[in-house]
Amino acid sequence: MIPLFDTRNNPRLVWAGVAVVALVLLVLPFALVQVGTSWVRITNYAILYVLLALGLNIVVGFAGLLDLGYIAFYAVGAYAYALLASPQFGLHLPFWAILPIGALVAAFFGVLLGAPTLKLRGDYLAIVTLGFGEIVRIFLNNLSRPVNITNGPQGIARIDPFTVGGFDFSSAQSVLGVAVSGPIKYYYLLLALIVAILVVNVRLQNSRIGRAWEAVREDETAARAMGINTTHMKLLAFAMGASFGGVAGGMFSAIQGFISPESFVLVESIMVVAMVVLGGMGNIWGVVLGALLLSFVPEVLRWTVEPVQQALFGRMVVEPEVIRMLIFGLALVLIMLFRPAGLLPSAVRKRELADERAA
Amino acid sequence: MDIFLQQVVNGLTLGSVYAVVALGYTMVYGIIQLINFAHGEVVMIGAMVAFTVITSLAAAGMPPLLVVMLGVACAVPVCMAIGYAMERLAYRPLRRAPRLAPLISAIGVSIVLQYLAVMVWTRNVIAFPQIIRIQTYNLAGATITNVQLAILALCFAIMAGLAFLVYRTRLGTAMRATAQNPQVAGLMGVDVNRVIATTFVIGAGLAAVAGVMVGTYYGIAQYTMGSVLGLKAFCAAVLGGIGNIPGAMLGGVVLGIVEALGAGYIGDLTDLCRYAWLEGLLGERCAGGGHFILFGSNYQDVFAFVVLILVLVFRPSGLLGERVGDRA
Repeated sequence: MIPLFDTRNNPRLVWAGVAVVALVLLVLPFALVQVGTSWVRITNYAILYVLLALGLNIVVGFAGLLDLGYIAFYAVGAYAYALLASPQFGLHLPFWAILPIGALVAAFFGVLLGAPTLKLRGDYLAIVTLGFGEIVRIFLNNLSRPVNITNGPQGIARIDPFTVGGFDFSSAQSVLGVAVSGPIKYYYLLLALIVAILVVNVRLQNSRIGRAWEAVREDETAARAMGINTTHMKLLAFAMGASFGGVAGGMFSAIQGFISPESFVLVESIMVVAMVVLGGMGNIWGVVLGALLLSFVPEVLRWTVEPVQQALFGRMVVEPEVIRMLIFGLALVLIMLFRPAGLLPSAVRKRELADERAA
Repeated sequence: MDIFLQQVVNGLTLGSVYAVVALGYTMVYGIIQLINFAHGEVVMIGAMVAFTVITSLAAAGMPPLLVVMLGVACAVPVCMAIGYAMERLAYRPLRRAPRLAPLISAIGVSIVLQYLAVMVWTRNVIAFPQIIRIQTYNLAGATITNVQLAILALCFAIMAGLAFLVYRTRLGTAMRATAQNPQVAGLMGVDVNRVIATTFVIGAGLAAVAGVMVGTYYGIAQYTMGSVLGLKAFCAAVLGGIGNIPGAMLGGVVLGIVEALGAGYIGDLTDLCRYAWLEGLLGERCAGGGHFILFGSNYQDVFAFVVLILVLVFRPSGLLGERVGDRA
């Protein structure tokens, strides 16, 4: 083993590693600006996806309930923010008041979905959640008549950005002589949020609740026999997963400044599920990796495919977006073929796989 | 014109198409417990191939019916090949993997098929050439077109043929045996891999026919047309009891009719001005025959999912399913 990574004998290396990662993350936006301003924005969206994937991981990875309509909670959070901080109703509440409201509303929707589906397992649950996601989207699309609530397919524009006192997250300003653009400010905000949520996730996984979820996932009947209130645990998983989605949605609303039902289509739900499964269900770091990969690789492809075609054929043969999606689809298939438990499988999943092979 | 009867006719037509697509889902699920997410995309490819064939032959002066038949004749083998390739490459290696793996793989296949379609047929909505002259017939107050009649006849012929295949032939017996227990079926001399591949190929062939029917019925096709149609067909399969072939047929027809009736009546039923005790509340908006419609027919797509959720909550094994309850 390379001595540099021998953390077992040298625990201080862990902290050194954390320090290096932290430093890289802190400097990252300024490095990205050198490549292109849009990369900071792309990074921000990637972090939002990490947030979403972590939330879904609670439902899918920890509690083992496959949710294919997760984007609905993102949508609920986003619309909650948009309605309470935009000219739509003339309301302009501060973000620290709205984000908790968004999380609560999303959690309520999570329970709303969870309660009638408690009896269902596996694929059936997947399809019901998928249907739920579609229902939410159809309602967002049509709740402009007879009373205009969501403004229908046109969506809601001019959503307030985050502001604390006079500090506006959307506009550029110079701090200590360094030019800091809006996306960079949001980057740091998202970074702080993601660190907090990672801590919550890690603590949750090894807590009493986390172990109860694991028990429910592995064998619901046995879990109930051991005195776990499975109904509560499943509802809790739905509610917590949903509230993460709600917070992410609120952030999305504020960063984007404009939302419409277009952003909350089925493909998005599938994308988040793919992130969780690709990284390794139930493994927090795997999920983070999966989310980062699936949000960055398509962007990198978008930036490389066109020049390559220009060089090879002298013109654009196929749109970059098409190639991007083709490679993305193929990658999903290939990864499942060669690493069906994800890139970084969780310990439990590894054990399960071994058992299944033996059986 | 009788709205009720008219909606039933429309619903029946669409529902029988749902039923044909649902058969593909239900056969595959019945045998390997896989939700073949890419099935809707196969329908779309079928419609697209037929579109290309029909457009290129439309000007040749052949009889319209023959042109459409040729379109179907080209679409079916293409879709069958896709169905076979998809099973062989994306699903078979995953048969022993954790349950979610084939589902994700299926999602990958569906994305690939969609964007292959974009490469060949572009993103635009393409218009099916209307080569069949529409004739309308009067049926007890409702109108029915010759296209609708043809779709109905074709769907019921397909369903009858499939029922014969599954319940009266050796292959069908092998399919049912594999569905019950693949290991034991294998021990009894059934070539399980071949049966599963055949199931996919048959399902894909049905999907191709359904694609052509949807294309000619609506007159348009687009690369996204498969996903919603696929979802609804899946709802139909669950409604009937997934894994159950007569169930898929019943589920499709019922879902089509529920959807059509729902879309036809929801506007009237949720028009708050109809209810005297609310009229005072809404005051001037109802005055002079005004309407205050809560949910209009644009909520049509919700019905399939609401039906799905209700079925799964109150009767998870579906209308005709008996053995699937705790299989999932």
